[in-house]
Amino acid sequence: MKKVLAIIVMLMSSALCRADDLDIGEIIFEHVLDSYEWHITEWRGHSVAIHLPVILIDGGIKTFNSKHILETGEYEGYHIAVKGEAHEGKIVRADGSKPFDISITKNVLQLMMNALLLVLIVLLCARWYRKHDALKEHPTGIAALMEPLIMMVHEMAKENIGEDYRRYSPYLLTVFLFILFSNFIGIIPIFPGGANLTGNIACTLVLALFTFFTVNLTGTKHYYKEIFSPDVPGVLKPLMAVIETFSALVKPVSLTIRLFANMLAGHIQILCMVCIIFIMGKMGIAMTGGATAISVLFGIFLDVLEMLISFIQAYIFTMLSSIYIGMARQKAE
Amino acid sequence: MNLITPDSGLLFWMVLIFGIVFFILAKWGFPAITGMVDERNKHIDESLKLADEAQARMSHLAEEQKALIAETKAEQSRILKEAAQARSEILAQAKADAQAQTAEMVEKAREQIANERETALRDIRRQVALLSVDVAEKVLRAKLDATPEQQALIDRLANEATEQPKS
Repeated sequence: MKKVLAIIVMLMSSALCRADDLDIGEIIFEHVLDSYEWHITEWRGHSVAIHLPVILIDGGIKTFNSKHILETGEYEGYHIAVKGEAHEGKIVRADGSKPFDISITKNVLQLMMNALLLVLIVLLCARWYRKHDALKEHPTGIAALMEPLIMMVHEMAKENIGEDYRRYSPYLLTVFLFILFSNFIGIIPIFPGGANLTGNIACTLVLALFTFFTVNLTGTKHYYKEIFSPDVPGVLKPLMAVIETFSALVKPVSLTIRLFANMLAGHIQILCMVCIIFIMGKMGIAMTGGATAISVLFGIFLDVLEMLISFIQAYIFTMLSSIYIGMARQKAE
Repeated sequence: MNLITPDSGLLFWMVLIFGIVFFILAKWGFPAITGMVDERNKHIDESLKLADEAQARMSHLAEEQKALIAETKAEQSRILKEAAQARSEILAQAKADAQAQTAEMVEKAREQIANERETALRDIRRQVALLSVDVAEKVLRAKLDATPEQQALIDRLANEATEQPKS
């Protein structure tokens, strides 16, 4: 519903603005997609951006600054695929084929920063527990901040997985805090944050695959029996096996799409609200003023909503992961 | 569309970085925290249980103390009662003893008095007998004639006199 609404607003706005040479659709996609530079702002006609390194594996590792290819459009035989080509927006060879591209893009940099922050915060928190006697004093500082979150997921793991939950709780905690941090940092509109990491399907796909492999590589015999030879009358057995297999394979897909679509839609909504100002900017001072007031109000509302959604989505992803793991850890009665 | 095709570069970095983050946190991060908090929760539970037990014991102790005090009081009153009883018993005993002794002494004294009176009476009777014999002698000597009646009287008197001390 949210996504549909966002797309309608987006289409309307792009239809309105094309005449005025302002392609809102393009602006929004530019913001939610990955890029080879981290655009910060425009300053006196120049764009202020961080140019990130390009790393290509194409018969050896090739690295260069993305500045060259972005300014000239071509560098060392590579160019950025334009609209309509197979890999739009990516660096491709002269013939249009794509080399293995492990460039430090905006999302990769964001991922690195988030990972660093997460590791730092959790290790500092762990250090507090190592340095203090938790039996004698209550947690302070970073430990007081992180303990409720960590224990919430830990208890969730205990509830959903059962006796060997301690084996899985570090994974669930990492997933939960990683998604939560990335979601929150994604809302921050300026440099250290703002990249749409959890709204990128590659990111959520990897998280869902981690869950998928955790579930299926540590499943019990009972779990596999339920999938391949369920306890139903003989004729239904193959049918049920197909359905069960399909359901096991669809679980990571649903995890991927849920997180990705929610975060992407959230970003698009907020961007739309901001873009309304620029659309109305072409229509005189009264319209601009009114639209600005409205869009700022709606923007605040959506930002707050987005914070809620950030938490809920992280929670849902973790909870579903723990439930899937719990199902795979079932023992025969 | 670019939006829904996972980019291989980001996939690669995501797997690498998430894997490293997971490894670091699973090794040095979360177990330390959750372990300590679990331990603390256990400690809190145990402490609460201990406190409950201590309170129960305290109330039990107070009850015991009260019971002990009541018991002591009962004992005290019993001892006091016994002491009073013993005192009165001793007193009564002493009184009875004294009475018995007095009665004995009185009895003894009476006996002695009776004995002495008898002795005195016997003496007096003898004296009276002697005296009367003397008197009779004197009387007889004066009026004694040699008549046979008189002689018989003399004999009779002499017999009487000799018999008298036997009686």
